This record gives sequence, structure tokens and C-alpha cells, in this order.
Amino acid sequence: MAFPHRPDAPELPDFSMLKRLARDQLIYLLEQLPGKKDLFIEADLMSPLDRIANVSILKQHEVDKLYKVENKPALSSSEQLCFLVRPRIKNMRYIASLVNADKLAGRTRKYKVIFSPQKFYACEMVLEEEGIYGDVSCDEWAFSLLPLDVDLLSMELPEFFRDYFLEGDQRWINTVAQALHLLSTLYGPFPNCYGIGRCAKMAYELWRNLEEEEDGETKGRRPEIGHIFLLDRDVDFVTALCSQVVYEGLVDDTFRIKCGSVDFGPEVTSSDKSLKVLLNAEDKVFNEIRNEHFSNVFGFLSQKARNLQAQYDRRRGMDIKQMKNFVSQELKGLKQEHRLLSLHIGACESIMKKKTKQDFQELIKTEHALLEGFNIRESTSYIEEHIDQQVSPIESLRLMCLLSITENGDARCSLDTHYGPEHLLTFSNLRRAGLLTEQAPGDTLTAVESKVSKLVTDKAAGKITDAFSSLAKRSNFRAISKKLNLIPRVDGEYDLKVPRDMAYVFSGAYVPLSCRIIEQVLERRSWQGLDEVVRLLNCSDFAFTDMTKEDKASSESLRLILVVFLGGCTFSEISALRFLGREKGYRFIFLTTAVTNSARLMEAMSEVKA
Amino acid sequence: MDCYTANWNPLGDSAFYRKYELYSMDWDLKEELRDCLVAAAPYGGPIALLRNPWRKEKAASVRPVLDIYSASGMPLASLLWKSGPVVSLGWSAEEELLCVQEDGAVLVYGLHGDFRRHFSMGNEVLQNRVLDARIFHTEFGSGVAILTGAHRFTLSANVGDLKLRRMPEVPGLQSAPSCWTALCQDRVAHILLAVGPDLYLLDHAACSAVTPPGLAPGVSSFLQMAVSFTYRHLALFTDTGYIWMGTASLKEKLCEFNCNIRAPPKQMVWCSRPRSKERAVVVAWERRLMVVGDASESIQFVLDEDSYLVPELDGVRIFSRSTHEFLHEVPAASEEIFKIASMAPGALLLEAQKEYEKESQKADEYLREIQELGQLTQAVQQCIEAAGHEHQPDMQKSLLRAASFGKCFLDRFPPNSFVHMCQDLRVLNAVRDYHIGIPLTYSQYKQLTIQVLLDRLVLRRLYPLAIQICEYLRLPEVQGVSRILAHWACYKVQQKDVSDEDVARAINQKLGDTPGVSYSDIAARAYGCGRTELAIKLLEYEPRSGEQVPLLLKMKRSKLALSKAIESGDTDLVFTVLLHLKNELNRGDFFMTLRNQPMALSLYRQFCKHQELETLKDLYNQDDNHQELGSFHIRASYAAEERIEGRVAALQTAADAFYKAKNEFAAKATEDQMRLLRLQRRLEDELGGQFLDLSLHDTVTTLILGGHNKRAEQLARDFRVPDKRLWWLKLTALADLEDWEELEKFSKSKKSPIGYLPFVEICMKQHNKYEAKKYASRVGPEQKVKALLLVGDVAQAADVAIEHRNEAELSLVLSHCTGATDGATADKIQRARAQAQKNQ
Repeated sequence: MAFPHRPDAPELPDFSMLKRLARDQLIYLLEQLPGKKDLFIEADLMSPLDRIANVSILKQHEVDKLYKVENKPALSSSEQLCFLVRPRIKNMRYIASLVNADKLAGRTRKYKVIFSPQKFYACEMVLEEEGIYGDVSCDEWAFSLLPLDVDLLSMELPEFFRDYFLEGDQRWINTVAQALHLLSTLYGPFPNCYGIGRCAKMAYELWRNLEEEEDGETKGRRPEIGHIFLLDRDVDFVTALCSQVVYEGLVDDTFRIKCGSVDFGPEVTSSDKSLKVLLNAEDKVFNEIRNEHFSNVFGFLSQKARNLQAQYDRRRGMDIKQMKNFVSQELKGLKQEHRLLSLHIGACESIMKKKTKQDFQELIKTEHALLEGFNIRESTSYIEEHIDQQVSPIESLRLMCLLSITENGDARCSLDTHYGPEHLLTFSNLRRAGLLTEQAPGDTLTAVESKVSKLVTDKAAGKITDAFSSLAKRSNFRAISKKLNLIPRVDGEYDLKVPRDMAYVFSGAYVPLSCRIIEQVLERRSWQGLDEVVRLLNCSDFAFTDMTKEDKASSESLRLILVVFLGGCTFSEISALRFLGREKGYRFIFLTTAVTNSARLMEAMSEVKA
Repeated sequence: MDCYTANWNPLGDSAFYRKYELYSMDWDLKEELRDCLVAAAPYGGPIALLRNPWRKEKAASVRPVLDIYSASGMPLASLLWKSGPVVSLGWSAEEELLCVQEDGAVLVYGLHGDFRRHFSMGNEVLQNRVLDARIFHTEFGSGVAILTGAHRFTLSANVGDLKLRRMPEVPGLQSAPSCWTALCQDRVAHILLAVGPDLYLLDHAACSAVTPPGLAPGVSSFLQMAVSFTYRHLALFTDTGYIWMGTASLKEKLCEFNCNIRAPPKQMVWCSRPRSKERAVVVAWERRLMVVGDASESIQFVLDEDSYLVPELDGVRIFSRSTHEFLHEVPAASEEIFKIASMAPGALLLEAQKEYEKESQKADEYLREIQELGQLTQAVQQCIEAAGHEHQPDMQKSLLRAASFGKCFLDRFPPNSFVHMCQDLRVLNAVRDYHIGIPLTYSQYKQLTIQVLLDRLVLRRLYPLAIQICEYLRLPEVQGVSRILAHWACYKVQQKDVSDEDVARAINQKLGDTPGVSYSDIAARAYGCGRTELAIKLLEYEPRSGEQVPLLLKMKRSKLALSKAIESGDTDLVFTVLLHLKNELNRGDFFMTLRNQPMALSLYRQFCKHQELETLKDLYNQDDNHQELGSFHIRASYAAEERIEGRVAALQTAADAFYKAKNEFAAKATEDQMRLLRLQRRLEDELGGQFLDLSLHDTVTTLILGGHNKRAEQLARDFRVPDKRLWWLKLTALADLEDWEELEKFSKSKKSPIGYLPFVEICMKQHNKYEAKKYASRVGPEQKVKALLLVGDVAQAADVAIEHRNEAELSLVLSHCTGATDGATADKIQRARAQAQKNQ
């Protein structure tokens, strides 16, 4: 960002240790199967693995060929097969089919299954049911924390969101607890803990149990990180549902950042090849614009381009010696910067092109209207039109969810037959997860809502009183928004170049709820005075604070805050908190089950034909 | 000091043997030892006596009695033998008493006479009876070798992991061998037996005749054989009174001796110490004990009483009705120090220290003598080492004092050896105590390790002593104190006369949260004693749910186990319990249990979704969860079913379920989907092409793209596609087709519900400015400016904007004014603006 950190901002801990740990463990596991072996990798694990150990490291440890785990018979001729997979039943069946095929063919090979980040009993049971439990050896690769950036750790578990918030499956909570345990063994205990949400509480308690079982190890260590804040995604769906307008978020929405890197297509690279680019603090150009509102980015980039040109131009007046210096020392950096600059300019152009096509301004306007709660009629008709145009079901769903949560209303639509029957299930999913809320029976339909149902649903306008409606959570967004002052009062134009508050990540229209909660709690050092908000969030039983004596914690560490997003966080939230950190002299570190955005959220809820 | 070596007996030139008393026996034996079956465990272990073993009468009064004593003769247990006749007794490495019965059954008893288990040595043994049996020790544990009535051998090298091996037949063996023994070489157990003048070695595969090298001629029979403690050496006693000593591999002779006694000895055992070159065997007859080795003379002792020999690692224990003695080779360090007129540095140091205590200047003389030779370090080491081998605490002390005295004159003597020796001796003296009765020597103790010694103390229920030793040696809690406390607790739960509450409380009071104590292990023991309630109480103290659950399952408290597992948050644990419950309960009960545990239910559902779809359906059925049931069938309609009939049927079931769930919206939608499917099928039949699985939207689009406009409209009407949506759909499809004529016709069919801006937009998207312009004129006034700008008619847009007097529109137009071409327009707008401002 254009504004540097305050000079007193604390240093971030070195998270590259996590990478080294993961790599060493993986190598150890590979060496457990001595000799040449073929490695089958699950598609989801490929990018994370690439960040930990590249192909040459794998080759060093006698990995011969690499295959993707997919539903095809394996062509491998190696005598030893090693599978690196997530603990999923689907994978077990794949392995079983492979092993059983070998058995039929009278072939004996060695099989080793490495589960990451841990194995589940259900998987072993499937292996047993398939009759191959004795033929394979199982191991765990406890790789649960991937440092994507200096301040961003990802568990790379996008399925956490669906598994927990939709299916109620708690299996990953233990993984989270173990990850936290690992962090506290490496970086000392956390003197202050806060959290909100059912899952946050469970994860916290499990983690505490782990610490107690192995007490003594972390005791007496100086804490490096002073605070930890755990937050469930379902505390704040709204923020995640909004279109992102800070650069990094926009890149994610447009090109999809995968595991910290993005594939820029030919339209960006202005060549005929795609290019995989790592997006993190090491990319100097990116680092300066990542947290900027998109409207500033172009200006910044052109300024940068001019500066760069000026630096190039310097060589005109140079003598030989200076030139030699320039070529040997600066030119490489300049070239690198030049390359990155042209990439990001390309990306911006591409974003602009895409966004104007769908009338991005209109969309943003509608979203803001929804967030602020005015012009509901216009917004609903916009959404209706959006549905009518059938541009993208995911996008329409997102807007409907946003409408439903912000207005606490029922936005039922008959998308199903129009998009396909599986979306009937998608609806049921959204409702169950609380992304589509419903009126409790007996409530009168507000004018707005009756309007919505008339407009959007052309039939079956009757209310649904199925078994799940009682379980569906009611959203009190409007009241919370008022309480926490999420919609900033603006006198005149909001200056996006010099933002005043976190609302800049949404063009000054809305302060992300999740970030506001974190800000408030950190300010108070507790939930005190936030009772009403907590009640409105339906989290009365799940907001907690736990403080230990701070005598050991340095003032430096007390300004480091680890924020744990259970169910994913967006780049907008990250940018907002980075901004908050700069304002208050904190540094935030982010731990998320996965980086998410509105589209990923909706896709996770969708039923798709296999 | 002169008399200290009085009990030393030289054997040959280089070795002394000494015999000293360990205990005078506390037992009050009425029988002679020879009337009992005797077994004594090595490493100062317990002694078992079975009295009247050979009586066949059934009268209770003369039934055999099995007594167990400590090495000092303290009674540990006594029980009436009620099983079959016993052939042989022996102790396992874990100090369990193995009683081999005539029928081949082996009964295993604990140190306190508690019956542990039994196993059989096989059918062949059962049929032919046991003639003789030996219990021997191997690397794997304790083995049993049996000679049956059919003169065949059966053995098991490890009774802990019973694998019976029937050894091959010995050719021509008609009667029992004159003597035999089990040998353990290269991790394999063999049998060595003597038949007349021949020796045979039996292994798993074959029987081979062997001859000891250098055996004196004239042997017609072997009367006794002995294998050393480490199985390295073998001694044979022949009917000529000749003793052959050699390696157990029978490859090398060490020495021989002729004792000229032809009577068969009662016992013969090796007496050697590790790392010593001296080899000797001890041979016992009724009243005579003889130590023979590589020397022409032997050492002879007279036995006053019937005695029994126990081979040890570094000597032989000899006990009789009244005493318990230890016979061993005097260790090198002691010999150096105490040998008469020894000038060894240790001996001088001991002298020096004595003189020092007498405050004599001789002390200095001696010390100087040692120091001049530079042997002080060696002297101290000798004294420390010798102290370890002394039995009397007084002698230990004076040697240690000497060492300590010598240490003062050394700069850098590492203190470890001295400190450790003091500690070790303290421990050894404590366990050698009469009341404890474990007469371990230093070498045995080192071989056994402190851990095993503690185990043995625990086995004797000497918890306080064990804990004191742990504390004294500062052992880590997990290995030491807490382990012992856990054992104590396991013993405590067996006290049947104490109530569950009291036991649980007592245990918790003592153990608290001691690290390394597993309450679940104690609970498991309680359960093993049939005290389920106590076990559950104890489990409450167990902090780790992972440990609670398996035991609860074992105790058939599955529901409690389930809630504990859920509490733990460990889904694997929950899953384990679920599978257990699934097998244990009938389906209905299982589902009911799940119903009360939502967390378990969702976990199981997840599993079923992937692995057991039918179960999933049953689960929903059971709960009358029609909503989910409907969803289930919907999923089946596209995932599981292939044929269209099946899919429609699945959808029908789904619709029914939705109706039951009162979800009419979903039900109607499902019915629509059925209709659509059927219709798509018909379309495919009639028009060809691919329609199935398209959404309604795509179906209509496909129809339009295929030029079936009528049908498309019919379909839209049938499914009541909203007008707006249809217009959008048609507009997009026709533009894609670039069918501008049809599009125009369509635009004129009636007033567009979506306005005409989309028409302009879509034409421009296809780069057809000409067509776009047609529609631009029809765009409503609100969006006219936008439309005009889209088609590039800036001038007209400006006119409209000016007409509207709309500031926002004006600036929008202005922003589209580029360069010179639109210069005039820009001016016009500026003027209009100025005008507007003036008017205000």
C-alpha cells in the first residue's frame, strides 16, 4: 500500500519454519518407502505441495513419476506406489480399485497412502471394507499450515466450509486445534484469546485440551503473538457475499487466486501463453497495490510506469563506468519490476473489460443499496432482471442471499427448473447454512418481501414451513449494522485515496462486519458492552475471552494479532484488517481454513451433477 | 583383615571361590527338600515348593501343598494343589510360576499364588503323558521343553506367544535318555540328550549325533549335564566320575576333571562370572559339594543338609532348610585388594585409609607409594568396584571410605562412578533386606536394570519401597513414581471388601493428576475384576477421552461411550463408537441413538452419503425427514438413475416427499422437472438432437437456435416462464443466431417488457451498429442517452440530455466526447450547462 507501516509496527514471526517442517516430514515419509516409487497426488494437494517441495526435491527422494489421482486406471509400472491424498472416501475407493485390479492381474506391489493433514477412521474402514487394508500402509503428513504470505497462513481446506456449516461435520475442528497447537509450540503461548461462533469455541476447547495434555512444553516460553481471535464464517456471511473492489480481492474474483498464485491468461500477458504468477509480498509492485481500492490502482500503476521510465532514462547521461554499474546492479531489478508492472497493468485492463461488460457499477450500486437498506425496490428489480438474463446462476444466487440476509427476508425463486433440478437442492443447502433466511411462521410478510416473492417467484408463492425452516437462522443484519455503525456517514465524496476507515474496501459504503467485531473486541480487550451485538449474532453462548497474565508478553508481541477464520476469509477482510493494523500500530496475522470469495461460497453450497 | 579371606578357597593358581551366607531361612520346613518339587527363580527370585507331589491319594489332608517363599524364606503364598499331578515347576522371566502337569497342561500362577491362566502343550503330550519337563529362559522369554512318555520332545520357546514345536524322533530311542537339557543357540532352542554313550542334538529339522571333542574314553553313559547361565558352556558328568567341560556348541573342550565319584550327582550347575576367564562347575551330591574347574584339585564342601542349587549370572545360590548361601568366584577387584600381602593400589589405599583413621603417619607413606606409581586413580576405581561386590555393608562402607579418601588427592576424578555406586549399593542393601528377600549381586542388578527391579518390587506389592527407591534415584515421574502408583491402584481395585466409592476416592487422592498415570488402565483392571461401576467411576478421572471410550465400549456402555466421544470432539472416536453401536444394536435402536446425538448423526450421514446410500435413505425415513428424503431422491434422479423412467419415478418419489414435508414449492418444482424430462424426451424423439438434462432455459434456447420458434413459445407458455425472462432469452438467442429479421419481428410483436436498451446493447455486442440504431430510437426516455451513446451518436445524446436538463446525463455525454470530432457537441453542452445555471 502506498502508506507504509508505522515505524513502531512489530515484526512478524518467521513462518517459513512451517514450510521447512512440512517438507522434512514429507521427505521422511517418502524415505519410509525406500527405492523408486511413483507418487499419486490428489489434485487439491498439487498446488500446496508445489509450495512445499518441488519436483526436484521429490526426485531426490526417489519419486519416479508423478500422477494425478483421478478416476482413471493407473498406467504406472513402478513396483511401489505412493498416494498423497486428502482423507476422503472417494480417494479410498480409487486406491482400492487400483489395488484390487493389481490383485486380479496377479501383481504384487507396495502401496503406501499418505493422508494429509490426517487420516480418518472412516477412511481406514473403507479400505478394510474393500479388502485391501492389509495391502497398504497408511501414514499421516501433518501438513496443515501453508504460509501463503508473510502474514497469511492457509490450511487449504476449502471443504471445511461445506462440511461444517452445511453438513454439520466436525471432523476438521480437530485439525484446526492441532494447527493452533503447532503454532503455540513454535511461537509461544497466546496470552489473550477471543472468539465468536460455535466452531470457534469447539476448536478453542480442543486446542486447550491438547495443550493441557502436553503441558510443560510451551510453559515458560515467551509469547511471540499476543492475541488470537477465532471467528466463524457464519458470524458474517454478508462481507463474504459482497463483490470485492480492492485489487487483490478483485484479482481473486476475476482470475481466482489459487494457493497464492494466479494464472494470467493470454489476455493479460499480451502474449499467446498463460503465465503463473506468485502473488505475495515479494512482488513489489503487487505489494503496493494489493490493498488499494481498484479506482486508485490505475493511477498508481501509471505513476509507477513513469518512474520506471525515468530510471531507465537516467542511463542516457551516464558515462561508461556508471553504465556498467547500472547494468550490473539496477537493470535486473528494473527489468523485473517492469515485467511485473506490465503484468498488473494487463490484469487491470482485463478486469476493466470484464467488469464493464456486466455493468459492474450497477451491480456495486445494488449491493451498496442492499447493505445500506434503501431503494429495496430498485435492488429487487435489479436482481430480478439479473435472474431473467440468466447470466450466471452463481451470481444470481449470491445476490439473492445478500438480499435475504440483509433484509432478513425470504427471497425464494424458482431457479430450479430453469437452471436444473440440482439447484433445488442448492436452495435447501443455502437455507440450512443460513445463507438464505426465512420468515419464522406467523410473521407477517413485509411489503418488501411480498413484493419480492411476487416478482421473483412466479409460482408457489406460499410459505415454506418445512422441517428446516425452524432451524434456519434469522439474520439481524440491519440491527447489527446500526449497532456497530457499519455504514459510515459520508459527507460528500468518500476519499478512496486516503481512506478514513475500513469501509474503503467496499468503496466507503460498508465496514466489514467481521473486521468491525475484531476491532471492537480488541479495543475493549473483551466482549464487554457488545452483549447486544452478540445476541443479535445468535452467538450468546459462543463468544469467549480468555486472558492470562501478561507479565511475560512484550509490548511488541501484544501488538501482534492472529486472526483465525473458520470457514474462510476474503482478501477484502484481509485488506481491511491490514488497514486497521496500520492505523492502530498492530500487525495482523491471518490463519484461514482457505481463502474464499462470494463465488467459492456459493459453489460450495451448490449441488452439481457429478 | 587377616581373617577376611578365611572363606576364600583357591581353585588352581589364579582363582578363589568363596561362599557366604545370605540369610538363615525364615521358613519352618517340616519336610526335607528332597521330598518336595523345588523351583527357584534366578536373580534372587522366589522359591516355590510343592510338598507331597507324588502322593496319589485323594484325601484332602495329604493333598499336595504349593508354597511360595521369598529368597529369605518369608512365606508369600500357600495353596492346596487341586489339579492333576505335577511333573515339574519353574519360574518364567516375569516371575510367574509355571506348573507342568502330567497331562501336558501348564498352569501359570502369580507370585502370590493367584491363578493367571493355563495352556496345553498339545495333544501328543496329553496322550503320552509328561515324563520330564524343563523351563528355560531365552531371549524371547521363557520356554518349556517336555519329554513325553513316547520319548519325544515338544517345546515352546516362549510361553507368552505359544508356538508348539514337536522335535524330530531320536532313532532307536527305546527308553528315557539318561539326561537331557534345553539349549539356546543363535536364537533357536535345541535339545541335547544323552542315550548311553551317545549324545544327540535335536533341532526343528533333524536329530544329529554329536561327540564332544577330547572326551576321555570309556564312557558308557552320561549321568548329568549342565548348561551355563548364558548357554555358552556345557558340562557333562559321566558314569566314570569324569567331568567334561567345553563350549555348548561342542566344538571346543575347555577342561576336564576326574572326581572319581561314580554316584550320579543330584545337581550340577555352572559357576562363572561374566567377563571372567575362569570356568567352574558346582556338583552336588547328598552331602557333598564340589567346585571343579581347570585345576587338578577341586574345592570341596560338606553339606549338612539337603541343599538345592540355583544357577545365577555370576555364581550359584545354595539353599537348604536352614540357610541360604551364595557361592561365587571372587571378583578381580576384591581379589586384588584382599589377597594376602597384596600390593595392588586398591589394597594400599584401603590400608592408607585405615591408618589415616588411626591417625597414623603410615597413611601418608602408603599414599605416597601409590602416588609415586601414579596409580591413585586406579586405586580409587578398584575400591569402588570392590565395594560393589561385597555383601556386608560394613565392608562396602570401608571400601567406599577408602575410595573417598583417595579421591581427595585427585584433581579431576569424575564423581559419577562413586556416586552411582553409593546409590546402587543403597538400593541393593535395601532389597537384600531380610524382609524383602531379593539377594541380588551388583552384576545381577546391572544386568536386570532398575526398571525390572522396580517391576519385581511392584510384583511383590512392595509399593512404598519402590516409590522410595524412585524418589531416591530421582527417576522421572512417568517411569518411576507414577508407574508404581498406577500399579498400586490396579492392586487396590482388587480389594473386594472396600466399596466402589472408597476405592475410587482413595485412588484419586493418591494419584491426583500425576503425569503418566492412566486412569483408564486402572479402570480396565477394575473391570477385569468384575467391578464395572468402579471402572466407570475411575474413568471419570481420566482426562483423555480417547482412553475412556474403548474401555466403555468393552464394558458395553456404548451410549456413555458415545457421549464421551462426542465430548472429546474427536470425530474418529465418535466414528469408532458408531460402528460398534451399529453392530451391537439392531437398526431401529441404532437410529434412535443417533437421533439423540446430532453431531454423531451428521457424521454418520456424511459417511453414508459416500458409502451406504440406502442407509442414508433409511435414516431419513426413520426421522420422517421428508424434506431430506425429497432431496435424496432428487439427487438419485440425476446421479444414480440412468433410464428416463427411473429418473421420473425418482422425481415422483421426491415430489411426494416434499408434499409430506409441506414444501409445496419444492414439490411443484419437482413436478415441473418431471414434466420437463418427459417433454425433453419427446423433443429428442421428434426433433432429434440433445435435449435431456438441459435446464428449461437451455431447452427453450436450443429450440430457438434450432429454429423451432413455435415450440419454444409453447414450452415457455407451458412452464409459465415469466415474460421478462422469455424476452431476455429470446433476445440473446436470436442475437447469437444473428437473425436480425426475426429479432426485429420479435421486437415488434408487442411492447417489450424489458425495454429496448437490451436490444441496443446486444446488437452492439455483436458489432451491428446498423441494427442497434433501429432500436435506439425506441428506447424509453430514461435510458435514451445511454442508448444513443452506445450506438455512438454523441450529438443526439447531447440533444436529449440537454432536453432532459439532467446534470448526470450531461456529464455522462461529456465524458464520451472525444477530441475534435465532438468538439462542437462539448461546447453545446457547456453552453447548456451555463444556461441552466443562469436560469436558476
